[in-house]
Amino acid sequence: MRLWQEYYRPATLTEALQALAYAPGLVLPIAGGTDLMLDLEQGRHPPVHALVDLTFLPELKRLEVQGDELLIGAAVPLSQIATSPLVAEHAQALTEACALIGGPQVRNVATLGGNVAHALPAADGTIALTALGAQVTVADLECARRVPLESLFLGPGKSALRPGQLITTFHLPLRRRGQASAFRRVMRLQGIALPILNLAIWLAREGERIADLRLAVGPSGPTPRRMTATEAIVRGQTMDDSLIEQALHTLLEEAHFRTSPHRASAEYRRQVVGALLREGMQAAWDRACEPQRH
Amino acid sequence: MTSPITLTVNGKEYTLEAIPGETLATLLRERLNLTGVKIGCGEAECGACTVVIDGQAVVSCIYPAERAHGKHITTIEGLQSEAGLHPLQEAFIKYGAVQCGFCIPGQIMTAYALLQHNPDPSPADIRFALKDTLCRCGGYPTIERAILAAARALRTGEPLPDPEIPESAEPRQVVGRNIIRPDAVEKVTGRALYTDDLKFPGMLHAAVRRAGVPHAILRVLDVEPARALPGVVAVLTAADIPGEKNHGLVIHDWPIMIGIGERIRYVGDALAIVAAESREIALEAARRIRVEVEERPVISDPVQARRPDAEALHPGGNLLKHIQVRKGKVAQGFAEADVILEHTFHTPMMDHAFLEPECSIAVPLPDGRMEIYVGSQIPYADRAQVAAALGWPEERVRIVGQLMGGGFGGKEDIAGQIHAALLANATGRPVKLLFDRRESLLVHPKRHATQIRVKIGAKRDGRLTAVETELFGDTGAYASLGEKVMTRATTHSAGPYEVPHVSADCYAMYTNNPPAGAYRGFGVLQSAFAIESMMDWLAETLGLDPIELRRRNALRVGSVTNTGQVLRESVGLLECIERVEQEMLRLSGLERERLFAPRPLPEAPHRVRAWGFAAGYKNTGLGGGAPDKAGAEVQLYADGSLMVRTSSAELGQGLVTVLRMIVAEEFSVPPERVRVLVMDTDLTPDGGPTTASRQTYVTGNAARLAAQSLRQAVTSFLAEKYDCPPERIRYVEGLAQVDGQRISLGEAAAAMQASGVEPLARYEYRAPETRPLGQGGDMHFAFSFAAQAAEVEVDTRTGMVRVLRVISANDVGRAINPLGLRGQVEGGITMGLGNTLTEHFIVENGRVITDRLARYRIPSIVHMPEVIPIIVEHPTAEGPYGAKGVGEIVSIPTPAAIANAIYHAIGFRMDSLPVDQEAILAFLKRQKECLPSR
Repeated sequence: MRLWQEYYRPATLTEALQALAYAPGLVLPIAGGTDLMLDLEQGRHPPVHALVDLTFLPELKRLEVQGDELLIGAAVPLSQIATSPLVAEHAQALTEACALIGGPQVRNVATLGGNVAHALPAADGTIALTALGAQVTVADLECARRVPLESLFLGPGKSALRPGQLITTFHLPLRRRGQASAFRRVMRLQGIALPILNLAIWLAREGERIADLRLAVGPSGPTPRRMTATEAIVRGQTMDDSLIEQALHTLLEEAHFRTSPHRASAEYRRQVVGALLREGMQAAWDRACEPQRH
Repeated sequence: MTSPITLTVNGKEYTLEAIPGETLATLLRERLNLTGVKIGCGEAECGACTVVIDGQAVVSCIYPAERAHGKHITTIEGLQSEAGLHPLQEAFIKYGAVQCGFCIPGQIMTAYALLQHNPDPSPADIRFALKDTLCRCGGYPTIERAILAAARALRTGEPLPDPEIPESAEPRQVVGRNIIRPDAVEKVTGRALYTDDLKFPGMLHAAVRRAGVPHAILRVLDVEPARALPGVVAVLTAADIPGEKNHGLVIHDWPIMIGIGERIRYVGDALAIVAAESREIALEAARRIRVEVEERPVISDPVQARRPDAEALHPGGNLLKHIQVRKGKVAQGFAEADVILEHTFHTPMMDHAFLEPECSIAVPLPDGRMEIYVGSQIPYADRAQVAAALGWPEERVRIVGQLMGGGFGGKEDIAGQIHAALLANATGRPVKLLFDRRESLLVHPKRHATQIRVKIGAKRDGRLTAVETELFGDTGAYASLGEKVMTRATTHSAGPYEVPHVSADCYAMYTNNPPAGAYRGFGVLQSAFAIESMMDWLAETLGLDPIELRRRNALRVGSVTNTGQVLRESVGLLECIERVEQEMLRLSGLERERLFAPRPLPEAPHRVRAWGFAAGYKNTGLGGGAPDKAGAEVQLYADGSLMVRTSSAELGQGLVTVLRMIVAEEFSVPPERVRVLVMDTDLTPDGGPTTASRQTYVTGNAARLAAQSLRQAVTSFLAEKYDCPPERIRYVEGLAQVDGQRISLGEAAAAMQASGVEPLARYEYRAPETRPLGQGGDMHFAFSFAAQAAEVEVDTRTGMVRVLRVISANDVGRAINPLGLRGQVEGGITMGLGNTLTEHFIVENGRVITDRLARYRIPSIVHMPEVIPIIVEHPTAEGPYGAKGVGEIVSIPTPAAIANAIYHAIGFRMDSLPVDQEAILAFLKRQKECLPSR
């Protein structure tokens, strides 16, 4: 009847991993808990024996530049990411996405680790990270290893994380001259506050050409994913309206839009994705020639 | 290893044993008794439970208590310092941001956290920060002004300026001036107690096992597994009801519980009730009850319910009522018409989504009586229904009304009152039955879903010749107030216009959906959406200006309504129309002939703006021949204070302020000298139901006349005592002036008491008699009128609609308290906006899809347009100081005003609610593909 019996507040990552590995019965990590608590309270997840709170772990609360990477701890609250000058400098798409998730009181506790661990195909933070080329450190008692973000997703709501494993850190490449990113989404006024469609874009600009591009659209399939065929069409081309139209054409072939009851039809998604692509590409393009602050 | 929690709350450190599964909200409410932390949804949607943790606003309902270890927490109770109220608290009071008050702790705490980080927030910053802190009274514009003012006061140290709210055109000493609520301080400090905040020694917690299927016969109900659970004290079924088995406000057709072999008519039907030592045990026990049913085909809409082959849900069939309105000869009217238009509209069910879910506590008394603590819109009806279920005389039950976190019509029917009473009676212990948000969404009556066909005929010059309407109303499983609601929908279905020939038929049908009953607007919101959309279409068809078309047909003094009522006075519709038109021109700077033109933004032509217009009217009071009366009593005390008592309900709308002001006016005392006691069936006379925008008028008059009668008694007493003609006695500033001598009211009261006269007067006011529908004459004793303009922006790339500005003119007769009236206007617009844009209560085959607040979205501050209120005062002779109702009129034109604006922007005519961005985009795509366009 009680949603959990034991609640651990480990102070170190090792303690947390040990608790996850050795607690008797069903044990789950809890970061912000803004989804998990509702899943438990509303019966979508059965009661557990123990929860392991990750928000007391300094390792998971880093937000800093190290070498040529921006490191974001898995338990950093979204509001901190949304207002961080470092993130704004190096990962504008993530700033924009994190400012849109939930409401302010939720963002003050919800984390990027939770957003990714839920493995939803259109989670705003996940889509932004996908376009930003994020890598993830996953730790268990044996070791910590670094994997591409997309390897964490098996299907809608199905994460590749195994029991006992934790996301500890997100690694993002630092923004270089000519590079920029943007995030856009469409919502519905009624019903669940999940995006009908979201899109994140990262590009590298050389003069009037798009030298490189990463594009993620959600939900465009069972997992968050990049639109690699569209990326290939755009890469190396001169940025103009016809390029965006070409990109849209490929995107519509590549993305698998489906109908979500009471939220959006596949047809509607096909119709609005063009507006998101145009806005997103234009925003990233314009930003790419802004001077860098650091 | 669950270890103790050490946390600092409002500056005080506590070390508490950890309770597995506990949320921070529960810890604060139950263990530290900080009940200013409100639970509105329990799903992190509404923000009422917001507290500040280490400087950050956080929703405490999904925050594990054990995470709070080592944290510093501030709740609403910690905001007030020794120096007094925090400027935010003061500003919320002074600007009238407090209505029902349930969301206020969350609003203030969210704002408090914002100001910690940003002492000079812009309106955009405030909207960003308060996005998910919901207020169903809809006071967002005032909340925003209050926060801006408080921030300024904090930065500058200067006092808060007065709010810029004009007084009534003819203010008196008190009436017509801006007066703050009597309960405002309690509500901004978190001290205000709502039903769920109360605890009684030995109190048990109840849970209800609901049917979960929309239509079935109950075959097996095995409660033994529930009884076997440790901590369960009682499990009751239909067989255990000592008295009447059904309840209902008009027709007693709603089973308290479904018995074996009886019909389940909707998912929320109660099968069994449990009382246990804790809420968790009660809920678990209810889950364990074993149920077997024989499912029946589901009747999911009223048209289907009327088919001859539909299974009869009630002994009398599925037709609750066929309502007819006839005026003139409609065939002749259409024969005379130059233009005839016809279309069918649909509106969905809607939920009131009052932020305080239903809660009842039944307390058995040693003398054999029973007290029910509950926030109810009709305390005396609760008493009658609870007593009937117990098989007791009514006097054995006392309803002790509590502060209500909103009602809007949704707290008129029985929710948990009877179940709590049955369990308290069976166990001899107090029993609390609290609905969670899901139960609230599933169980209580909704706004009627309707199908409305309108056929309208007019001459070339726009004069209406005939209106024919056919309505289907989905009253769901039980009657509730369905007949009354759909009667109002029908009588108002030709709009606020003088039409020579009218024919209206309405079929109020039973279905297997959740019951439908009272909801602010009472059917008229639905029919106004239909007729006002048609009027807009008619104007376009005739090449007439939409405002001019309405002006030509508008009801005015001397007009005859559809039901044959001659309007003799107080018809401010034309002034409403004209003042809105002037304001549209002034605000927009547009030329008259371009007023309704689509306006693409020069910098972003895919965003198109336009104005839309609509009008409306709504009766004040029950009407239709129902005796409409209210009792009130006023007492003068030896300390010179007064008290007014009536059972009428305060749901946040501000009746208590109005009553206080009326009594203060009559005695020429400052309003703070008047206390108000409401909603107690032992202590207050029956004020009748709080519905139909009737309380300012009916109970207002009762209070006014009781005060006058008491004043006369005081005057007669003083006249005799001082041997002075009564006409020479005056009341000025709390003193009676007797022939130049000044006697305080307190002295007068003491003297009266000393000579055996109780300074108390009671008055039962009877509103002017009305006639039933079909008999002609006055069906209602007063009507309020409104005109509204909405400016929208449609994004033609996504189909998304934003409402930018709403101009709302309302003829309220007389503005008794303009400060409270502002809240009613802003709240009415907000609710109308939600009913149009964000709210869609979805039931599929009898099953409720929108069973969480996350799925049923109500407007947030980010949806708010600029609201420009215009108060129009055409007094009604019999109303108190000329006042008539305001509670419902404001939202009535909003859906059509927005729908018409969308049409003017992009040519898309909405014929159903809510706005569907997909349908808009699909329409725009079709337009592009198949030229020529409109």
